[in-house]
Amino acid sequence: MGKGMLKTLLGGVIAATAMLAAPAMAEEPLKIGFVYVGPVGDMGWTYQHDQGRKAIEKALGDKVKTTYVESVKEGADAERVIRQLAASGNKLIFTTSFGFMNPTLKVAKRFPNVKFEHATGYKRAKNVSTYAARFYEGRYVAGILAGRMTKSNVIGYIGSFPIPEVIRGINSFTLALRKVNPKAVVKVVWVNSWFDPGKEGDAAKALIDQGADVIMQHTDSPAPMQIAQERGVYAVGQASDMSRFGPDAQLTAILDVWDGYYVQRAKAVLDGTWKSEDTWGGLAAGMLALAPYNKAIPADVVAEAEAARKAIIAGTLHPFQGPIRDQSGKEVVPAGKTIPDGELLGMNWYVEGVQGEIPQ
Amino acid sequence: MLLKLEARGQRSRPMVYLTPVLAIVLTLIAGTIMFAMLGYPPMQALQAYFIEPISSAYGLSELLVKATPLALIGVGLAIGFRANVWNIGAEGQLTIGAIFAGGIALVFYEVDSPFILPLMIVAGLLGGMLWAAIPAYLRVRFNANEILTSLMLTYVAILILSYLVHGPWRDPDGLNFPESRIFSDSAVLPVLLEGTRLHLGAVFALLAVVAGWVFISRTLIGFQVRVIGLSPMAADYAGFSQKAVIWLTLLLSGALAGLAGMIEVSGPIGQLLPTISPGYGFTAIIVAFLGRLHPLGILIAALLMALTYLGGEVAQIDMNLPLAITGVFQGMILFFLLAVDVLINYRIRIDWPGNRPAGEGQ
Amino acid sequence: MESTTFIAIFATIVTASTPLLFAAIGELVVEKSGVLNLGVEGMMLVGAVSAFAVSTGTGSPYLGIVAAIGAGGVMALLFGILTLTLLANQVATGLALTLFGVGLSALIGQGYVGTPATGLAGIQIPWLSDIPVLGGLLFQYDIMVYMSLALTAAVSWFLFRTRPGLILRAVGESHDSAHAIGYGVIPIRYMAVIFGGMTSGLAGAYLTLAYTPLWTENMTAGRGWIALALVVFSTWKPGRLLFGAYLFGAVTIGQLHIQGLGVAIPSQFLSMLPYLATVIVLVLISRDQLRIRLNAPACLGKVFHPSA
Repeated sequence: MGKGMLKTLLGGVIAATAMLAAPAMAEEPLKIGFVYVGPVGDMGWTYQHDQGRKAIEKALGDKVKTTYVESVKEGADAERVIRQLAASGNKLIFTTSFGFMNPTLKVAKRFPNVKFEHATGYKRAKNVSTYAARFYEGRYVAGILAGRMTKSNVIGYIGSFPIPEVIRGINSFTLALRKVNPKAVVKVVWVNSWFDPGKEGDAAKALIDQGADVIMQHTDSPAPMQIAQERGVYAVGQASDMSRFGPDAQLTAILDVWDGYYVQRAKAVLDGTWKSEDTWGGLAAGMLALAPYNKAIPADVVAEAEAARKAIIAGTLHPFQGPIRDQSGKEVVPAGKTIPDGELLGMNWYVEGVQGEIPQ
Repeated sequence: MLLKLEARGQRSRPMVYLTPVLAIVLTLIAGTIMFAMLGYPPMQALQAYFIEPISSAYGLSELLVKATPLALIGVGLAIGFRANVWNIGAEGQLTIGAIFAGGIALVFYEVDSPFILPLMIVAGLLGGMLWAAIPAYLRVRFNANEILTSLMLTYVAILILSYLVHGPWRDPDGLNFPESRIFSDSAVLPVLLEGTRLHLGAVFALLAVVAGWVFISRTLIGFQVRVIGLSPMAADYAGFSQKAVIWLTLLLSGALAGLAGMIEVSGPIGQLLPTISPGYGFTAIIVAFLGRLHPLGILIAALLMALTYLGGEVAQIDMNLPLAITGVFQGMILFFLLAVDVLINYRIRIDWPGNRPAGEGQ
Repeated sequence: MESTTFIAIFATIVTASTPLLFAAIGELVVEKSGVLNLGVEGMMLVGAVSAFAVSTGTGSPYLGIVAAIGAGGVMALLFGILTLTLLANQVATGLALTLFGVGLSALIGQGYVGTPATGLAGIQIPWLSDIPVLGGLLFQYDIMVYMSLALTAAVSWFLFRTRPGLILRAVGESHDSAHAIGYGVIPIRYMAVIFGGMTSGLAGAYLTLAYTPLWTENMTAGRGWIALALVVFSTWKPGRLLFGAYLFGAVTIGQLHIQGLGVAIPSQFLSMLPYLATVIVLVLISRDQLRIRLNAPACLGKVFHPSA
């Protein structure tokens, strides 16, 4: 206990010294490093993070200097890259994939003066924050659009890997879908890849051939959107606005928006207010957004979707508020209750209306 | 003017050592031109690739960490390649080795015992052997080409790993995220140098290099492997069993790949993840040939290959040089290294028109 | 099943199989001449990005196809210079070519990420396309699908029905004998290798012009490797190659459909099916030892120099 106190005190002294020293080094830009799991040209997950990096440069200009390392494989390489970034003077490092969690923590232990930001993880430390976006809020709004626009009452959902993030999205979507259209069901196809345009497109075709007339995707490439356009069905874009790939097909897209958060965290380091926290921001925080709605959607449906979006922002609507039934039809969340964040984080069961099973 | 290759008749000893130097000189020249053309300061880029990564003890230790699996797998593959057994599924064997070893670590998660690591090593070896035994059996029993079977089984292995970490083997306290528990201390390879990630696995790789050398040059089986590779007919006459050699080389290369998988999960990673290897099993094929299928050459090739990867990272960090350029540069280095080897067995003669000695046709 | 659904599924299989067929049919010719080029993935990627760049630049997908053929051919020429003239090891050079191609295509493609393209449209053939069911099943594809089939037939005819084809096979069977008879082993192999590069380029073009008309880095996602495996699967016979490519495509699409039906099998196991199916069918084919021996080019991957 005494030792801990001493450490805290010492830490405080060091921090204070650093703050005093800061103005003297004002000319020295803050170096910020990014670790990407894919290529910046993936047009999906990594591409959007790189947009966030560019936003920092745009907002803070000379005060920062950013670098990135792309296509870093989760595994032994990650720790080396993160450490290399820290060793070469980066004082704020964003590691933008779940698989970088443990390497980030290991390096953070070695570099107590460097701040780390890990995306989509759950382990934190004094100098490691975590951040993620509540993409499921966007998927809830998309569920309303899909439920109103489907004629076949079959929705096709292309999944990457059965992880809580993706399952949460499927459930949130399905809850909204069934609320406005209780007859609709969701068919899920896993492509076991985040990124394989051909396979994603094939999955879209398979789902359409099985009667789906709205395609959802939780993979990175715009291929499913192109297929939807070609086959004359609707789709919801992922990560970025994909309307260029499906001008008639795209109902909306769930946009990853890291710009605001990244700029804010960089500023916090610059003015010395950065501290380790857990950010799970949604529509209200602007960490995700919806692309403009398709012109073909009737005004009343747009109004309904907008109402839901605004209610989520206002905090009066939570996608996971009861009553919620699981696949067997059993009520697992009663009316008036909401699934707490802790459970949402590790969600691994389907709600009623989703077909198929999750491997346990 | 015509460039012609003329057989030397026997291998040129000096050229064996001179050609890599020539390749490096060519790489430096071509690299300078390429970086300059793309608008990056060439000297700084070359320094980022070749000097910066190994200019500290930590950098050197990382070089060894990265080269370890490449050398281990490369030595095993080279023995097979010498016998014309084309195992190109080392990536899959690595993955199964990692699964077996990781399985032991997870089963004995609560147990603190010095026997866990040896058990994991055995499991890794067996896992890799098992996965290589399938192509071996299919080749020997059904004549099915091992290029196809070993490659296809790689995809299967990676999907098995994916199933395990997404399903039954995920960390029970890990909020259903796709990764296993972090291994307990007794399932982690000891670090050789405090403050680095250099682990015992590097020693295994070194041992494999020495053992591979002895195997190829000093044992009867090693001799049989070489003969079968050079001339299957002669081997038949000598009574060497081709089937036995297929089994042996596949099991051996599988075992070493499996060990590499064990080393990765028990060393620098410390748990099972959906991705364990960034393609070591494939890169090791290049390493094997770059090292001229000789264990010592493979060791050097593994270090060089590892250096280009580390250099690519440094170049991105220091100069914002896109990874795409690293790929092009890596390809170029390899092209030079592979091409200059021609000088070992051949000399280049320049033919000027009209200067042709009489009596030499074609 | 309704006939329209059946037609749609069949069409999906055809488009999934076509890039594999393109890449593999060229590699088959290369290997028949005794050369093993493992750089298919790299050549495909460079072909893919070239096709996309030229097609969006000029507005003509046909020029894109031509560009891909050229780009694939140039990549293969590089491989040829290294392995045929400078006698570098073929396996390692092919792998290096893939590393090189992945990087080069990403470099060229930087400006094209996020740009949509209009893909090749299916061609309507008067009369034929109007036949009920059959018209939809067989006569509604884009031109490249027919090209891939015609190319397969042409390769089969060339290899087994023409004299140059016979010579090419002889070169792959025994380069020393072929050389002794007076055939130019190296020029013949150059032609085969460049042909292989051109069809790999076509395979890439099919991805960016027809399959998924967009460019993203590494979008081949391993299809070049599958193509290589399919050549082995085919036991170096074009007919079997066609079967292999369509089998792989069919199982890939089939497993997606099984998933869509909500079957309670972990998707990872279903995703394994195409790989397992090829292994099992290969085992069935290969049991007939003699026929395979006759087909596998004896000099595959071996270095040749006239003075050796």
